[in-house]
Amino acid sequence: MGKLERIAARQDREAGRGPTRRGVLLTGLGSAFMFGFAREAGAAQTYPQNASMPGNGAFEPTIWCSIGQDGVVNVNIIRAEMGQHVGTALARIIADEMEADWDKVRITYVDTDPKWGLMVTGGSWSVWMTWDVFRQAGAAARTVLVEEGAKLLGTSPANCIARNGRVVAGSRSVSFGDIVSHARPTRSFSPDEMAKLPLKHASERRLIGKEVKALDIPSKTTGAAIYGIDAKLDGMVYARPKLPPTRYGSKVVSVDDSEAKKVKGYLRYIVLEDPSETVPGWVAVIASTYPAAIRATDALKVTWTPGKTANVSEKDIIEHGRKQIADKTGGTCVFNDNGVDEAFSAAKQVFERTYTCASVLHYQLEPMNAVARLQDGKWEIHCGNQWQSLFLPVIAKALQVKETDVVMRSYMLGGGFGRRLNGDYAVPAALLSKAMDGKPVKLILTRSDDMQFDSFRSPSIQTVRVALDDQKNLKGWQHHASAGWPTRVMASAFMAKGDDGKPYDQFAIAGADHWYDVGPMRVRALDNDLADATFRPGWLRSVSSGWTPWAHEAFVDELAHELGHDPVDFRLSLLTAKGRNAGSAPDSVGGAKRQANVLKRLVEKCGYGKVQLPPDTAIGIATTFGQERAMPTWTAGAVQVHVDRKTGAVTCQKIWLVLDAGTIIDPDGAMAQTEGGALWGLSMALFENTEIENGNVRDRNLNTYTPLRITDIPEMDIEFVASTEKPMGLGEPGVTTIGAAIANGVFNAVGVRLRHQPIRPADVLKGLSEKKSA
Amino acid sequence: MIKFKLNGRDVSVDVPEDTPLLWALRDELDQTGTKFGCGVGQCGACTVHVGGRATRSCITPVSSIEGAEITTIEGLHPEGEHPVQVAWRDIQVPQCGYCQSGQIMQAASLLKDYPDPTDEEIDGVMGGSLCRCMTYIRIRKAIKKAAAALREEKSNG
Repeated sequence: MGKLERIAARQDREAGRGPTRRGVLLTGLGSAFMFGFAREAGAAQTYPQNASMPGNGAFEPTIWCSIGQDGVVNVNIIRAEMGQHVGTALARIIADEMEADWDKVRITYVDTDPKWGLMVTGGSWSVWMTWDVFRQAGAAARTVLVEEGAKLLGTSPANCIARNGRVVAGSRSVSFGDIVSHARPTRSFSPDEMAKLPLKHASERRLIGKEVKALDIPSKTTGAAIYGIDAKLDGMVYARPKLPPTRYGSKVVSVDDSEAKKVKGYLRYIVLEDPSETVPGWVAVIASTYPAAIRATDALKVTWTPGKTANVSEKDIIEHGRKQIADKTGGTCVFNDNGVDEAFSAAKQVFERTYTCASVLHYQLEPMNAVARLQDGKWEIHCGNQWQSLFLPVIAKALQVKETDVVMRSYMLGGGFGRRLNGDYAVPAALLSKAMDGKPVKLILTRSDDMQFDSFRSPSIQTVRVALDDQKNLKGWQHHASAGWPTRVMASAFMAKGDDGKPYDQFAIAGADHWYDVGPMRVRALDNDLADATFRPGWLRSVSSGWTPWAHEAFVDELAHELGHDPVDFRLSLLTAKGRNAGSAPDSVGGAKRQANVLKRLVEKCGYGKVQLPPDTAIGIATTFGQERAMPTWTAGAVQVHVDRKTGAVTCQKIWLVLDAGTIIDPDGAMAQTEGGALWGLSMALFENTEIENGNVRDRNLNTYTPLRITDIPEMDIEFVASTEKPMGLGEPGVTTIGAAIANGVFNAVGVRLRHQPIRPADVLKGLSEKKSA
Repeated sequence: MIKFKLNGRDVSVDVPEDTPLLWALRDELDQTGTKFGCGVGQCGACTVHVGGRATRSCITPVSSIEGAEITTIEGLHPEGEHPVQVAWRDIQVPQCGYCQSGQIMQAASLLKDYPDPTDEEIDGVMGGSLCRCMTYIRIRKAIKKAAAALREEKSNG
């Protein structure tokens, strides 16, 4: 979507909060440091300690960074650290523009405070969202340091440059630390002034694009990194939920704790009253240890009247979606070009295919947890979270207190993948603490609880059709997609508006609004309300771009074969970069030309169409624009697959990816994200899925839920196009091409088309036998 | 009171006998580097060494390790400089890092059995350790690097 920040800015304006929250230069004491460092009562953070506390004479040119008298540069990170090394990448941006000495840069992951603006970490947005403000903040610091350094050196700023933590005039120089301690700079800028500061040219970058060791890695090799689940507060008790039979609508009838009482350490049970309606029907057990909480919860007997969805199945949801697609009236169109209906009524042939994807669980390795307590009149929530700005108000509503009475403390995340965008797990911790008069309560979900309570990736159904004339030319395109809408359920204010002005969930359609030139297009998003009622649909790594390309990239391949074209040549013929696909500055300069470019480079690399492969082995291709149209990471992916005709097993032997994400800030971090993303794509295509049975997910642990393991990894060859364009995102694009590329590869290997994800051996065998009998 | 040796120190915990070692380590002894993942011994995040062997602490009752020597990630090397830890940093293996204590403990144990492991041997041993960030390519690379460093250490020692 890429519109989230704009939507947030609009909301800020409407609420009278104004733009000054971002980027205004402050002097004096910054509360960020207090929150960033001082962890009480044993919840000690391992975040880098430094001596540069404002008040110790540090210069804080913006809220984003400070420079201490010892020259230490502290950068405040409002994004969640969940494996993407985001703190390192963002600090590189500010440090590069400032001309800081990287060895003196530290990062602080801050707690919630309104001054930070929108705190969200998702959508692969972090670098893209922060790029301008951090360069401006770096430029502001550099400008002041050069001015003050010049005075100390007895010359004019024009004679000075900043380099590697020093201001240099010819052979003389003074360090940033000495400037701060001697000159005590206090200059501030208005946001307008800040935006006008000259920024360095790309050729002057000394940190961006260069190799760096991620700052968060060392503590992750020694056990010292502190995650939410590691938080420990004095007097803390433990809690585990007894989950109701349906996500919504279950009502507690009775609770019997006679057996639970026999568990040593059992303290009590609590039936949650939740004004925010986040966790209806929850009962929780409080115990003095977590093992006791686990055992006592097992022993606790609760009866509920279940909600209406107690019998819903995955098939019910898919069939509901199928009906929605068949009905021309519902949903919201992202694109609805003039002439699309005429194209289809005049068509000589309509070519149509339908694709489905199964439910996928997050299975982030750190189960959901949070610690809550009332401390000095303020509710503290200790947990890893990806969207504090969204859930802090929900927590406040649940507690019936003002938002200013709640603070969320930041921790490392044992995996995000979108699960922790939904902070629903923090609400029951807060409610339990409230029921215990503010005593610290640590709520942990067991894995089974975590999977049942997951806000997982909705199953989806998509139909793509094209209108062809008698020369088999493309005259129009339709893409209809039905799935649960996470953004409607959890963040409806952030929904985008469709062509008819109606809100829609951009996270449940993005990716279908592709850059191909296919004549007039209709792209229609349908909210699968049965899905929304049955479970809480979630944002999962690459959100809809994890499944919309499963449809359109397999469809383009099928269509190419139908029309007798090579699938790669066919795609290139559609990437004309005309009209709305021409792209625009600053985010999509070059438009679809850049997508064509990565596809061409990919084909060169992987030898598609040239190399001779063994029987039942083939390369499949797909291309996407990463996450969303407004922030395109041009992506082309190829896989080499082998199909075992006896067992139906599909093996992915190799993955090639070529990506153009604009400027790459941290090359190794970019590579790591893309490697992980691609393997997520592979895992969802071949290894993992669940199904809804009786209103809940079928799988409750790794005995039946089977994500990719080390034994299944293919060889990988990933390349980034060199570019100085604005940086886009890389957390998710790696996922996007893999599923469709595998489906296309399977077709190229054995001639069988599979349109349900994951591809299971039984489906392959069925396809092979149908092909034989055809 | 159950007594054992943790990272070279004598410790005792006053917990029910069937308490999983994982929770005794994390909550009673404040060694939180060992992580809770699946609770059924299938993800590997809770891996520690019991008498030098990689063991899933989430399914190990604390009574069963009475008197044993337990090593956790915090005790693998006093300065965090075990060749596996060094290789993990050199190759930049961890992403979210949550599984990595378990991966490192499993890998350190692997290298005792296979000083020069093949991909198949690595897969065979590490297949029980789930990494949801999918850092597997780097885990393989880092194990080979650590193996080379260990062999070097031995031949020089």
